[in-house]
Amino acid sequence: MATDAPAAPSEKEGAAPATDQDAILREERRRERRSRWYRRDVRWSPYALIAPFFVFFLAFGLFPLLYTGWASLHRVELTAPTDMEWVGLRNFSRLLSDDFFWNALRNTLTIGVISTVPQLLMALAIAHMLNYRLRGSMFFRVAVLTPYATSVAAATLVFVLLFGRDYGMINWALNMVGIDPVDWQNGTWTSQFAVSTIVIWRWTGYNALIYLAAMQSIPDDLYESAALDGASRWQQFLHVTVPSLRPTILFTVVVSTIGATQLFGEPLLFNGSAGANGGSDHQFQTLGLYLYEQGWVNLHLGRASAIAWTMFLILLLIGAVNWLVSRRLRKSS
Amino acid sequence: MSTTTSRTPALGGEHGENGSAGQRDQDGKGGKRGKGGKGKGAGRQLHGGKITYAVLTLFTVGSLFPLVWTAIAASRNNTRLAQTPPPFWFGGNLFKNLEIAWTDANMGTALFNTTLVAGSIAAGTVLFSTLAGFAFAKLRFRFQNVLLLMVIGTMMVPPQLSVVPLYMMVAKLSWTDQLQSVILPTLVSAFGVFFMRQYLLGALPGELVEAARVDGASSWRVVWHVVFPAARPAMAVLGMLTFVMAWNDFFWPIIALTQNGSPTVQVALTGLGRGYIPDQSVIMAGALLGTLPLLIAFVLFGKHIVGGIMQGAVKG
Repeated sequence: MATDAPAAPSEKEGAAPATDQDAILREERRRERRSRWYRRDVRWSPYALIAPFFVFFLAFGLFPLLYTGWASLHRVELTAPTDMEWVGLRNFSRLLSDDFFWNALRNTLTIGVISTVPQLLMALAIAHMLNYRLRGSMFFRVAVLTPYATSVAAATLVFVLLFGRDYGMINWALNMVGIDPVDWQNGTWTSQFAVSTIVIWRWTGYNALIYLAAMQSIPDDLYESAALDGASRWQQFLHVTVPSLRPTILFTVVVSTIGATQLFGEPLLFNGSAGANGGSDHQFQTLGLYLYEQGWVNLHLGRASAIAWTMFLILLLIGAVNWLVSRRLRKSS
Repeated sequence: MSTTTSRTPALGGEHGENGSAGQRDQDGKGGKRGKGGKGKGAGRQLHGGKITYAVLTLFTVGSLFPLVWTAIAASRNNTRLAQTPPPFWFGGNLFKNLEIAWTDANMGTALFNTTLVAGSIAAGTVLFSTLAGFAFAKLRFRFQNVLLLMVIGTMMVPPQLSVVPLYMMVAKLSWTDQLQSVILPTLVSAFGVFFMRQYLLGALPGELVEAARVDGASSWRVVWHVVFPAARPAMAVLGMLTFVMAWNDFFWPIIALTQNGSPTVQVALTGLGRGYIPDQSVIMAGALLGTLPLLIAFVLFGKHIVGGIMQGAVKG
């Protein structure tokens, strides 16, 4: 079609002088070329624009993701990562009969709950207060966000010192109010509490800003009418702010849950010198740390892959539960 | 930018729809009564009371104290840190400790490496996210929705899920302990694409793109002369957020890099924490060195970072 089109007008204008006809023909061709090129541009350039993302995503995102599933069905050792021996589901069945796996799963859930729940509740309260008209509100916002700029490693090193048994500041402060020193690192609950503190410290401000952003898009009318109905500030918070924030709260719950499932740096470094076992008695070893221990300390990459997929399945499960619960909540309200 | 409309697609159709329906319902009520109540001011415009200031100050102290104390501990020595009560004010050992951390723990190299890594990742993410974000926001093409869903879906996948094959790839390419093993896998970000898309949906008028097209501009000229200028504020924010995230990234770098090869700051700090240098004040000096660049950036650009997170939050 592209070649026919320029020829058509030349037949019609057969009477015109040859030079003119040539010029018209050239002009027609040029225009045709340009519009063809334009159509091609409009049609294909979107793909060119998204190509860099998808090329990297396929190479370093999707391919590894699927390959992890493949590797989890094999015996693969870190010493010779290319020698893969098919073992079927043995990595998974081994995992299920491994006490350390269940221990890590339990720890991940416990630490996840005792870090996420207070974190989000506090963030909600802070956001509510930051939402008042305040002098120096930008200072407060930047200040509460500052821990976000601190790395897991730096934060954990500081908290290890603060939670020190003999000379740590927290035990010193407890001693001032008459409480015996606590061995934060060696107890199960105490170490998990300490690890959660690091998480809470780093992420509360960040979540508070997310809530604050959502709060600022709640229309004033809602508060006005609530105030007219005689609602106190607390009732306004409960009946206007929280329901309006529900999608945002769900979002932060999902994100924090994903974060909690992956918890790795804090327990690795809270341990100090002992490596990846999460404390002398594995008392704060999380799934993320267990994966690292299996893969890069014990050199079993196949088993590490199986742990990774198990973590993913757990996330999906939590996601499904989350979705069901939020749907229930919505229906009941 | 219409924040409420663009938030809904982020959070899944069903939920968003229900949420906004509820809001609309209440809106109607509020609108009617709101007129009578004008002058009284809305609930959220209330000034904070003394308690608000007190609680916020307390929380601010809690947020900043560990950082300040890092500096205090870094300025002391090991003997002083092993005494009670712990020090509350600066000592005189700061520069000595910084020097030891700098030389013994490879912090100099680590800081250089981290700047390179975080800078490359931020630049790549901003560039590729803007291109893809523009395509998803303003152009029409086949499989657009499926591809966008894929982008959003990948935001939910934990990095643990790909770490084993990534390590095998890196080993096969003999990239172990080389910085590209950390840069390349993180060079693009699904969050970035989504962030830019949401921004450009509102900030870039479709007519502007059309007008440039009518004038005969190719897609690349449109990107250069129309999209980049319009996206600049969001690009700056995304760049800062990505830089902070890349600077603090931990899980993959400590697998791909070693303390004695070409560590990032986080990897070098891991070495410190694991007791290669048993002196606590030196460890704190290292932690301070690893955090200081970002803290300075926070003092300078904190406002914009806060703005960026708030903007990204409502939309993401």
